[in-house]
Amino acid sequence: MLMFILRRLVQTIPVIFGVTIVVFIIMQLVPGDPAVLLAGEGATKETIEALRVQLGLHQPLYAQYIDYVTNIFRGDLGTSLKNNQPVLDEILIRLPITLELAIISTFITVVLGMAAGIISAVKPYSIIDTVVMILALLGISLPSFWFGLMLMYGFSVKLQIFPVAGWDSMAHIVLPAFTLGAGGAAIVARMTRSSMLEVIRQDYIRTARAKGVKERVIIYKHALRNALIPVITVVGLQFGALLGGTVLVESIFAINGLGRMIVDSIRMRDLPMVQGGVLVASLVFVVVNLLVDILYRFFNKRIELN
Amino acid sequence: MTELNEILLEVKDLKTHFHTKHGVSKAVDGIDFTLRKGETLGIVGESGCGKSITSLSILRLIPSPPGKIAGGQILYKGRDLVTLPDNEMRKIRGNDISMIFQEPMTSLNPVIPVGEQIAEAIRLHQKMSKKEARLKAVDMLKLVGIPSPEKRAKQEPFQLSGGMRQRVMIAMALSCNPEVLIADEPTTALDVTIQAQILELIKELQARLGMGVMMITHDLGVVAETCDTVAVMYAGNIVEHASTQNLFDDPKHPYTRGLLASLPKIDEDRDELYTIEGSVPSAYNMPVGCRFASRCEFAQAVCLEKKPDLIEQSDGTKVRCWMYSDEWAGAKPTEEVFN
Amino acid sequence: MKIAEEKKVLLEVANLKQYFSVKKDSIFKPKTYVKAVDDISFVVNEGETLSIVGESGCGKSTTGRSILKLDEPTGGKVIYAGRNLVDLSRKEMRDLRGDLQVIFQDPFASLNPRQTIKQILTEAMTIQQSVPKPLQKDRMAELLNLVGLPTEALNRYPHEFSGGQRQRIGIARALAVDPKLIICDEAVSALDVSIQAQILNLLKKLQKQFQLTFLFISHDLSVVRHISDRVMVMYLGKIVEISDKKDLFDNPLHPYTKALLSSIPATNPSIKNERILLKGDVPSPINPPSGCRFHTRCPFAADRCKTEEPALRELEPDHFVSCHFAEELAQ
Repeated sequence: MLMFILRRLVQTIPVIFGVTIVVFIIMQLVPGDPAVLLAGEGATKETIEALRVQLGLHQPLYAQYIDYVTNIFRGDLGTSLKNNQPVLDEILIRLPITLELAIISTFITVVLGMAAGIISAVKPYSIIDTVVMILALLGISLPSFWFGLMLMYGFSVKLQIFPVAGWDSMAHIVLPAFTLGAGGAAIVARMTRSSMLEVIRQDYIRTARAKGVKERVIIYKHALRNALIPVITVVGLQFGALLGGTVLVESIFAINGLGRMIVDSIRMRDLPMVQGGVLVASLVFVVVNLLVDILYRFFNKRIELN
Repeated sequence: MTELNEILLEVKDLKTHFHTKHGVSKAVDGIDFTLRKGETLGIVGESGCGKSITSLSILRLIPSPPGKIAGGQILYKGRDLVTLPDNEMRKIRGNDISMIFQEPMTSLNPVIPVGEQIAEAIRLHQKMSKKEARLKAVDMLKLVGIPSPEKRAKQEPFQLSGGMRQRVMIAMALSCNPEVLIADEPTTALDVTIQAQILELIKELQARLGMGVMMITHDLGVVAETCDTVAVMYAGNIVEHASTQNLFDDPKHPYTRGLLASLPKIDEDRDELYTIEGSVPSAYNMPVGCRFASRCEFAQAVCLEKKPDLIEQSDGTKVRCWMYSDEWAGAKPTEEVFN
Repeated sequence: MKIAEEKKVLLEVANLKQYFSVKKDSIFKPKTYVKAVDDISFVVNEGETLSIVGESGCGKSTTGRSILKLDEPTGGKVIYAGRNLVDLSRKEMRDLRGDLQVIFQDPFASLNPRQTIKQILTEAMTIQQSVPKPLQKDRMAELLNLVGLPTEALNRYPHEFSGGQRQRIGIARALAVDPKLIICDEAVSALDVSIQAQILNLLKKLQKQFQLTFLFISHDLSVVRHISDRVMVMYLGKIVEISDKKDLFDNPLHPYTKALLSSIPATNPSIKNERILLKGDVPSPINPPSGCRFHTRCPFAADRCKTEEPALRELEPDHFVSCHFAEELAQ
């Protein structure tokens, strides 16, 4: 197991370098010269040229990249072109908000999704199952920006249960987290259901029945532990999708998170800010994937043998 | 000493049907047998004959829907299991009647240590603390001959070989001292030397614990090796019910005789094996007459018209064949046919 | 039936090795191998049925696969028609595939479910160019007739047939290319007794009719006894005994063969065999026991067995055994 974790850690190194290369190249491809943009309208050629040197843009690409990576390792993600603040500081303010949103959403995804999936699987083809599966289909199909707006309209504007926007109290979290988690919950529900139905047919479930185990214990003790193994992978993938979703949801609910920061920076052509934001988001995703792999391994020791 | 002849299980006219989109499949269609204390009853037949459905019906483990016990009684010490409420039935399972299955590879829960799986069975039916149950589980593993049982108890099934997993299944099945053990093809998935070990173990434990054993198998060798009496099933019916000695020395039903003759023998050479031509009739559409008639070399008009009853012979064998009735007018088969 | 004339060797296997590498669990440990088949040599004579028996993991199926190069052998020679198959290129091997056919345990898995029987047979004949196009139709009818299937079967799909019928299709496909040797890998193991008898009879009939040679791989000793001329017993990648069928069954020399034979349930309750009950399971082929691989389970093992590997030697005419104490045990 330790060997496995070590090996997986080593494997993430090239992935992280890949991420930096991709982020770097994408920003090179963005049209427009950041120096021109930064200098503002009416700047002289000399001012722009000076800015280019200051930003290191006069160097060849590979040198720029090496600079970029070295700086990352120093904890320097550059300086925002907009307000001259270090990018890292800005990100460190925003990241916890986004992480909080993402974790609570994942929690909703997991709890709601699995509960719905189990309820469906226990009585397949019943009315409850049909209703849950229709809801799940809606959850997958509805775009989150529309869903978020509908929630906002219903619960904030009409019923006035939850605040419309912002990020101050637990009440603020409910709607955005639900908006973000619903789609994942739908996928997890469908996955849990099919996985449970598959497991319930297995020989060892029959063995448990033959021992005289109660049906409820069979579901929770014998079936669920096996059925969750494939679900773990799906939850991990969902977390990635969820990070992407924060961009939309943070914009809708006016939350000052990482996602919204990236969107705003793109609009302002604040290159270092976008680079930094995307890089950190990618790193979070890599780390989460690593954790999922380890968890999967832990739940499914059999693969160690093969 | 307890009464050895005590009847443990009495199955009367059991019918288990499956309702599917193709119609009603009469997988088990009216079978009767009894099992006594200390007796080993073999139920033998080819795939689809209903032997496994019979065994699952006794513990009411038929997947429902589509399966359903459509009629008959399963009397365990006089109580009818067919009509027992679910919670009462659960007290019987694993406690009075327990079962081992064909596939030791898939019949144990892959994510639970085997000792815990045995302890679970013990705690379901006996008042014991977790710790006591765990110790009893280790004792059971020792009983079935698993080396270093303390270590093995903590392992998960994938760490055990097929033979060891089947021993674990047996340990689990016997952990609550059942009166009846149903063994559904317990050695089919195992190698022959391991099969010999497992059959030996079941025989030894039966002698020690005095339970009744139902041995479900397709292998006539396993029957000869372990059983006192045998019921041969064909297309959902018992076609011959005899003592093992009689069945092998003097098989009566043309199907039984054909089955025995088509076996390659380990101690005899012949150029060609006897074959039963044709195939089993569909369970959705059983013929009105004898179900074996279409494949029987001796079939007469009566065989196609009316289904024969089980007819008792002078040696105690019961056989479902018109040939053994008083009305039979046709020729009786000679030995040469099956050689 | 004893054939008086000199036996002609059809296939010779010499020092065949088939190792599979195992995934390492640490970079510090040396690479490990499953020695599925470890240095075995034997011959298959023309027109005979040689059976390979043994328990799971003994290497019997791997031997069959290596001969056909379905897995590339690690070492050794497989000589057929004067050529070493191990050295042949893919293309050269393809030209010989027509001579060497195989029938598997699960015919369903080896038949393309989207092809009709006609397409399956046509494909086999076309690839091997064994039958010219215009004659293929007649040949197909003939093949189906040979294996006991109706001509209507041609336009049906594999799933429409029962297990026994599918095995007949598998046999028809093998026959379509006029093979010399057919490797039957557990070909009747999944079948019910009555169907098994039909297929065994069919195989015997076809062998006589077309002078086929069978390499019959099976775990079922009764079936092996019925169909074979000679029998080879394997244990953990090694040959432990090889001899004429009658000798092997009546007078087994290796303790493992003896135990194996005594494990078979007799099909008559009056016969009570003296059973040699082997203790424990077959050891892992990743790290097989030193010396004689059977010594951990052998009731007669001595110190010598733990260190010195016994050679396969001819104890009686045409009866080979690899046991240090075969002479003593024979008495």
